[in-house]
Amino acid sequence: MDVALIDYGASNLHSVAKALEHAGFNVSIANRPEQAQNAPTMVLPGQGHFGQVMSAFLASGFETVVRNHIQAQKPFLGICVGLQLLMERSEEAPDIPGLGIIKGETLRFPEGKDSVPQMGWNQLELVGNPPLLKNIPQGSFVYYCNSYYVSFDEDLPGAKTQYAGISFKSAISKGALNATQFHPEKSQTIGLTILKNFRDLSEDLIQSEKARVSLA
Amino acid sequence: MLAKRIIPCLDVHNGRTTRGQQFGKAEKGELSDVGDPIELAIRYNDQGADEMVFYDITATSEGRKSMVSLITQVAEQCFMPLTVGGGVNTLEDFRTLFLAGADKVSINSGAVKNPQIVREASNHYGSQAIVFSIDAKHRQGANGWEVFVAGGRKNTGLDLIEWAVRGQELGAGEIVLNSMDGDGMNTGYDLEATKAVARAVDIPVIASGGAGGPKHMADVLTLGEADAALAAGIFHRSEYTVGQVKGYLANEGILVRKI
Repeated sequence: MDVALIDYGASNLHSVAKALEHAGFNVSIANRPEQAQNAPTMVLPGQGHFGQVMSAFLASGFETVVRNHIQAQKPFLGICVGLQLLMERSEEAPDIPGLGIIKGETLRFPEGKDSVPQMGWNQLELVGNPPLLKNIPQGSFVYYCNSYYVSFDEDLPGAKTQYAGISFKSAISKGALNATQFHPEKSQTIGLTILKNFRDLSEDLIQSEKARVSLA
Repeated sequence: MLAKRIIPCLDVHNGRTTRGQQFGKAEKGELSDVGDPIELAIRYNDQGADEMVFYDITATSEGRKSMVSLITQVAEQCFMPLTVGGGVNTLEDFRTLFLAGADKVSINSGAVKNPQIVREASNHYGSQAIVFSIDAKHRQGANGWEVFVAGGRKNTGLDLIEWAVRGQELGAGEIVLNSMDGDGMNTGYDLEATKAVARAVDIPVIASGGAGGPKHMADVLTLGEADAALAAGIFHRSEYTVGQVKGYLANEGILVRKI
């Protein structure tokens, strides 16, 4: 299974690439938009300061390619800021629009109760029946490193996590559209299982798309 | 709620993991060789360590090259956060270690020499990637603690609490507090110093120096108010596995990630 790993200069690609390879993907790092436009599967990472990451993403020219990929319902996985970019806007940079794939926004954790950024291992509360989190036990710990979280109304399968007095959406998995607020590539065995699930669901989606096209 | 973290630490000298009794032994050739760092890293990965920290204690250009190669190899096999430090002074040092596969880079003496480098690195890589590492000792004949550099040889005269707060203001995302009074002694962490730092800053505090067993770790994570406990010797000598430590902590009612 080939995957394009989007390199817009705002992530530690090395560890994501290694973890995807470990999960059985054949990884090609795309540092120009045209290198990703025909990819069957796409991973959009992102780490650090939201405004800087968002600006780097918009400047990179990847926006159209990523949007087209998602709208064509091809398998997609966003990681950390790669999830936040799917929202309409961010509280931090209100003038810079997100991709708006999901009707929602990116908010900052409130100060006071817990340290911001959230850095460490926190627990997943599974919601619905997310294919990305198949065989992942309730309460599994995954690794987070974020100051911002996403908020939206739509009832999507995925996971929730508690931090700073907030229950935030920590994963979404609906058909081809998948994203995690945590870092599967840093979440040891649980993280690698999630990436293997992404490979499996990608294969299933691509097979059923081929079947659909051949029937038509 | 975040799990309390257990972090094995590997001091790497010329490509081998070492452990001295206390600071200042490297140059005297008194370090004991405790093993191949890659073998140890894989062992701790399998035992369920939450992160790992690697210090290049040679901090020469040769040492740096072997460290880069080591981190690259570890990052291919251990899918957990990796912190790397030792001899970090410039943005180029940060860049080299991030490119090798470090998730966080730790700065110590370099921050004392040039505090602004912490701000520059934080602006560039994000605060989550910058660890402010402090070596401290009890102040002689008075209350409080002082910050030491150069592997514990040089007293900077800086006050520990003020320096920790400064680190947070400069944009560090985490503090490693290494108590030099306890380092290598296995007599327990400095609970008072750890608690004082934890209360003075909002960012996570990792306690280091003095771990002799799981009870010490439980104490520093509760009484010492630390977010994480770092240890070296007790793991390198196989006195305890990470899993055994976590089993003990869980029995004490401390939230840990078990695998």
